Amino acid sequence: MISTNIDYLNFSPANATLGGVLIGIAVSLFFFTTSRNAGISGILSDLILSKAARIQNFLFILGLVLGPLVYTAIIAEPMKYVITPSFSLIVLGGFLVGFGTKLGNGCTSGHGVCGISRFSIRSILATCVFLAAGTLTVTLMDWFVHA
Amino acid sequence: MRNLTLVFISGSIFGLGLVISEMTNPEKVRSFLRVFGNWDPSLLFVMFSAIFVSAPMFWILKKRRPQKQASLGINSNQKVLDGQLVMGAGLFGIGWGLVGFCPGPAVSSLSFGHVTSIIFMVAMIAGFTLSDYLKSSR
Repeated sequence: MISTNIDYLNFSPANATLGGVLIGIAVSLFFFTTSRNAGISGILSDLILSKAARIQNFLFILGLVLGPLVYTAIIAEPMKYVITPSFSLIVLGGFLVGFGTKLGNGCTSGHGVCGISRFSIRSILATCVFLAAGTLTVTLMDWFVHA
Repeated sequence: MRNLTLVFISGSIFGLGLVISEMTNPEKVRSFLRVFGNWDPSLLFVMFSAIFVSAPMFWILKKRRPQKQASLGINSNQKVLDGQLVMGAGLFGIGWGLVGFCPGPAVSSLSFGHVTSIIFMVAMIAGFTLSDYLKSSR
């Protein structure tokens, strides 16, 4: 049966909004400094595959790891992290995320945040497609598990 | 030097936003995609509040520096209906749903020190590389 009910146990609108505001500030600061979109798939794949703006890309990715590292050290409790135990699923998922974001020129940050903020029709389209594909995938997986 | 410092700071703030909103927890993200079930809409709040901040900021910054508009990552002159864009977004969405990681949270989760984050990153980089190779050989 297909039905929707809100998971109030885990729903965390305050933290989600605070985190989102921080992400909005971060992409604005990045755009102010570099005139570039802070799309992480683009920055990371450029860091690996291209020689352009290498130091800039490296420092952004470094911050992306060190910011959380410092935060986790300060609050001194482990962050929640639940992932599938299946090695092959992680490899398949990782590969599709890398292949797809490179092919479609963007991910949740590049299309979903920066692109939509610029009112880019292409980014709005891409965001609708990956949200729909993600929802369909989780729905089908749940369905097969429960079947 | 000032610019490089600001780039590092913006990466750090981004990462901080991802852990505070718990987007670095794959199960949390999969719960958001579980629209037809026990649904956790938190990610919607993350996305909307981010856009709520960055949309006006982008608008102001673009007005101030119109000459730099051309250097944006995505070329706004590209056509709207584009098979590569739709196919890419579709494949990304499937991978996102399978594991619950998109690129940013996967990178930030490296700070927790789990092997699974590293495995995901290696596979994702392989995906970048193959996609880039196929694009350039067409």
